[in-house]
Amino acid sequence: MAVCVAVIAKENYPLYIRSIPTENQLKFHYTVHTSLDVVDEKISAMGKALVDQRELYLGLLYPTEDYKVYGYVTNSKVKFVMVVDSSNTALRDNEIRSMFRKLHNSYTDVMCNPFYNPGDPIQSRAFDNTVTSMMVAAC
Amino acid sequence: MSPTQWDFPVELCCRPMAFVTLTGLDVTYNAVHRAIWDAFCANRRADRVPISFKVLPGDHEYPKCRTKRTSYEWYIPKGILKTGWMNKHLNLVPALVVVFYELDWDEAQWKEKQSECATRVEIVRQSLQGRNTKVAVVLIQKKTPLPPGEDLIASERAAALCNACDLSGKSLFVLPHTDHLVGYIIRLENAFYEHAQTYYYTEIRRIKSHKEFLNKTTHQLLFVRHQFKIAFFSELKQDTQNALKNYRTAYNLVHELRSHETNMLEIKTMAGFINYKICRLCFQHNTPLDAIAQFRKHIDLCKKKIGSAELSFEHAAWMSKQFQAFGDLFDEAIKLGLTAIQTQNPGFYYQQAAYYAQERKHLASLLCHHDLSVAYPSPDPLETPNGVLDFYGQRAWRQGILSFDLSDPEKEKAGILALQLKERDVIHSELIISLLSNAVAQFKKYKCPRMKSHLMVQMGEEYYYAKDYTKALKLLDYVMVDYRSERWWTLLTSILSTALKCAYLMAQLKDYITYSLELLGRASTLKDDQKSRIEKNLIMVLMNESPDPEPECDASTVKLAQRLWADRVSLAGSNMFTIEVQDFVPFVQCKAKFLAPSFHVDNPVELYVYLKTDCPHPIRFSKLCVGFSNQEYNQFCVVEEQYQSSDILQQSAQGTMCLVPGKTRKFTFKFVAKTEDVGKKIEITSVDLILGSETGRCVILNWRGGGGDAASAQEAVQAARSFKRRPMLPDTEVHWDSIIIQASTMIISRVPKVSVQLRHEPPALNNEMYCLMITIQSQEDAVIRDVKLTAGLKPGQDANLTQKTLVTLQGTEICDDSSPALLTDIPIGNLQPGEKLDMPLYIRCSTVGTRVFLVYVSYLIDTSVDGKDIVCRCHRDETVTIETVYPFDVAVKFVSIKQFEHLDRVYTDIPFLLMADILSASPWALTILSSQLQLSSFVTPVDELESHVENVVLQTGESASECFCLHCPPMASPQSGVATGSYIISWKRSSAVDNVPVVKTVVTLPHVMVESIPLHIRADLPSFGRVRESLPVKYHLQNKTNLVQDIEIAVEPSDAFMFSGLKQIRLQILPGTQQEMLYNFYPLMAGYQQLPSLNINVLRFPNFTSHMLKRFLPTHVFVKPQGRRVDDDSIEAA
Repeated sequence: MAVCVAVIAKENYPLYIRSIPTENQLKFHYTVHTSLDVVDEKISAMGKALVDQRELYLGLLYPTEDYKVYGYVTNSKVKFVMVVDSSNTALRDNEIRSMFRKLHNSYTDVMCNPFYNPGDPIQSRAFDNTVTSMMVAAC
Repeated sequence: MSPTQWDFPVELCCRPMAFVTLTGLDVTYNAVHRAIWDAFCANRRADRVPISFKVLPGDHEYPKCRTKRTSYEWYIPKGILKTGWMNKHLNLVPALVVVFYELDWDEAQWKEKQSECATRVEIVRQSLQGRNTKVAVVLIQKKTPLPPGEDLIASERAAALCNACDLSGKSLFVLPHTDHLVGYIIRLENAFYEHAQTYYYTEIRRIKSHKEFLNKTTHQLLFVRHQFKIAFFSELKQDTQNALKNYRTAYNLVHELRSHETNMLEIKTMAGFINYKICRLCFQHNTPLDAIAQFRKHIDLCKKKIGSAELSFEHAAWMSKQFQAFGDLFDEAIKLGLTAIQTQNPGFYYQQAAYYAQERKHLASLLCHHDLSVAYPSPDPLETPNGVLDFYGQRAWRQGILSFDLSDPEKEKAGILALQLKERDVIHSELIISLLSNAVAQFKKYKCPRMKSHLMVQMGEEYYYAKDYTKALKLLDYVMVDYRSERWWTLLTSILSTALKCAYLMAQLKDYITYSLELLGRASTLKDDQKSRIEKNLIMVLMNESPDPEPECDASTVKLAQRLWADRVSLAGSNMFTIEVQDFVPFVQCKAKFLAPSFHVDNPVELYVYLKTDCPHPIRFSKLCVGFSNQEYNQFCVVEEQYQSSDILQQSAQGTMCLVPGKTRKFTFKFVAKTEDVGKKIEITSVDLILGSETGRCVILNWRGGGGDAASAQEAVQAARSFKRRPMLPDTEVHWDSIIIQASTMIISRVPKVSVQLRHEPPALNNEMYCLMITIQSQEDAVIRDVKLTAGLKPGQDANLTQKTLVTLQGTEICDDSSPALLTDIPIGNLQPGEKLDMPLYIRCSTVGTRVFLVYVSYLIDTSVDGKDIVCRCHRDETVTIETVYPFDVAVKFVSIKQFEHLDRVYTDIPFLLMADILSASPWALTILSSQLQLSSFVTPVDELESHVENVVLQTGESASECFCLHCPPMASPQSGVATGSYIISWKRSSAVDNVPVVKTVVTLPHVMVESIPLHIRADLPSFGRVRESLPVKYHLQNKTNLVQDIEIAVEPSDAFMFSGLKQIRLQILPGTQQEMLYNFYPLMAGYQQLPSLNINVLRFPNFTSHMLKRFLPTHVFVKPQGRRVDDDSIEAA
């Protein structure tokens, strides 16, 4: 199950970041921040590929001893980063993919809100609920 | 650093090589032996066989071989691997002993020598009792040996020697000491290598043979031991594939061992060793993925095998070592050519090693916090009889005890205590930092800037724990920039908090203040109570007092810090700090703006400075000043407020410098710009806000330019993008986001109150003195002084125009080329209010086309701004575009005298006409005053040349024509075009006043071809004839040559005429004379009739046909009808 979910703006500053409350929040911030190295690299590598064939899901960014970090980037270069416990081997790539898709949908809803100014931190109950569902329920 | 318990032994990490000892060499005193030894050991490149050589004396005692047991039935092993075993086979027990002996085949005392050699071999054999070590003999010979088979003595003696030494023929070598020493040595060592391989092969076979005696219950440890030994021997044999296979088996066997708290360390130690070997070989075989997979498996298997809880730090230390060693292997492989990637590089392993090192430190601090009174147990339980352990990974106080029950709990306790006390003395931070810096170096290489920053933060924090605050601050300061620019405020706040602690503990005033400023700012994610505390501390520092200690600081360090702070307070001076706040996010925001992008010099320059604080409490500043690019204005933009230092937090209604959190405060400044600055830019170079007072400590917050900070640019973008309606605010307040910094303004000159009017009659005519009337009228209320006029061609147009445009104020005569294209600064003097001045400007354009003219009037006026008198220079400029056209077109052509036919050539001495047509193209009426023909020497006029167009006025489209009769005198070189001269027209506009000069336009006449002819003919003919009345015609034939001309003339009859005269004649004309022919034509028909044509044939000039001559003759004549008699009479009557 996801232990941390983050939305990162195009300019690489956090729009939304939430982690399970039982562990050190700062650690996850650092994990998400460092994972942007890999995201950047993957995006720049992807830039050469055809635009319409672009896969939004970036896959496993890098494994740490305890966590796996997955990445996803929207067409507008907004990044989603999900940190998953390494011990959770039940979680397959496909499930991660669908979680990201769910997150993307929810993010799109946030963007559709006329009162939301793109680039501001996300403060949306609906989005919160989506994230909560990913962090609690087993997929 | 001395190797710690956790470092791998050297013999494990080295590359095992076959061990061969060389005896009988005296390398100290014998030069030949020395050279041989050097050849063996010097310059061992990769292409030489992997052997480690050692020189030993012939009687060296090799380690004793224990008697091999024949049965394992009652044998119980005490551990997995003896600590000395690897070293023994690497450096002590040779695979081959080589005996060097100086002996030539033709040695005189052969017998003695042979037996001495045999003795030496025997001694070596004795010492190697029970081992399978091979022995070889090398004879050092002075002579070059003959080819094999030729030296009979040699082969005989060789056989004898082998026999005596009990050697096989393959073990006897000859080393001639000649020029090719290295070549011989290489051949020798290849032979040695083969022997060594055979030795290791037999060793492997021997160990394998033990297997069948072992049983799974009691000999589990032996399985591992034997497997390891086989693998190690395989490595010595350089059979790395089999070595890897055997190590893998050994690894699996280790994990099959029954593990318990008591032997956990031993199992892990051995597992770590074997894993290291496997990974090393995998990298060597260029299968890095296998290495990584093996390592992952290893870690997964061992991660949970913590062992004794009281010694759990040992597990962390062991884990850390595993990662570090793998990182080292990985890095080494990269240096040998392996390519790593961003997500799989040694950095991750160093990072993980650092993590476990941190874990170790954490556990050690939990488990080893013994009271100082707890003494180190005596006798030392970690002491062993021979100083080293017998088996890897065992406890010193219970070596070789395999039972899982603790026989002596007291001893166990003492042992654990001893280990814990030892761990307490370990400087963990040093270990952690060195691992982190290894990781940093790797991540730098693999494009992971953020990972690098993260690790540097960890390093900084570790330095902080290690109380090396200076280094900590240096690192933290370095990475703060990155986190700030990426706007990860949570992380930045955490780093700043650590940095603030460091600054506090070192009592670094400036750093302390800087970090406080940012931690109070809007980017900080601290809670309000924390901010409140920091603000209070900041105020205390400003009041020259010590701040309260930061939370979570060690009590002892706080004490030290407090003493430092006390020292700082007592120190006088250097209490002013300038902090550049632009590059971070301080708690005061500043935006400065000029009210307009430009100001007229006679208006005061106004600017606003907006300030806003984000700290929890209102705060007072003592001074605000603005710096400009022209520093003379600085004095006008200062606000200062005196207050008691204790009032700094006191909110006062009147206090202008007291800033309430979240409220935007506006400061208005006004000053009069200097007149020198007209046309220049005034920039705000800095805004200084001063916090604290001279009596306490004083902090100058300095913004470069018009304010803003590290976060403000992005905020402005966000605010601009936002659709959100801002809540209504009273008029006096503004929204912070809506303020846009305007850091510069232009000073422009005063608006002129003077009118400049231009009157003229376009278009200008080419070359005329075109009059542009400039009317300047002052509309100022006061006298304007020093009025200057600049008029003429506007600069910056086509450069050719400057040459072709002349400007003057004198209109009475045509200006010459010395006149400029632009008249600058014509002084005009003073103008009274309302006074008007006319200035005519004459322009002469010598080419047609469009030009732009500039009229620029400048003047001085005294005025006052805000009660200050200034002298302003004002100016007004006007431009006008004027087209220049030709006044008329002149067409000149040559025509024949008789019929006005166009002539393309003229004939010598024969008159012709020059026709000049002047067609007016000017929209204005022109008066042609006169015209004049200036002929060249080639042409002379036939009669007086007088102008026929004098004082003719031409309206648009009208034309005037005149013609002149000319002829060409004979000349030297006929047949060429000659210049005929020029035609000069003097003219002016009809509307022009008298004193306007007359323009003379010169038209160059066309060239004409002049030809001479041999014969000229001219006809005298009345202008008309009448039917049935005689029409006398006389032809004059003139000979133009110096020759007598024979001419045939025939007259062709015509229907319209009867004629009398010579119909056909041949005659001669003398040079220069002329002949006349008279005919009487009698017209028969009325109308325009063709005359009977005259055919003339000049016999001397057959080319000169009558056709050419006909040009000179009339062809037709008008014949009037016969008049009535009555008319005739009336005519006669008249």
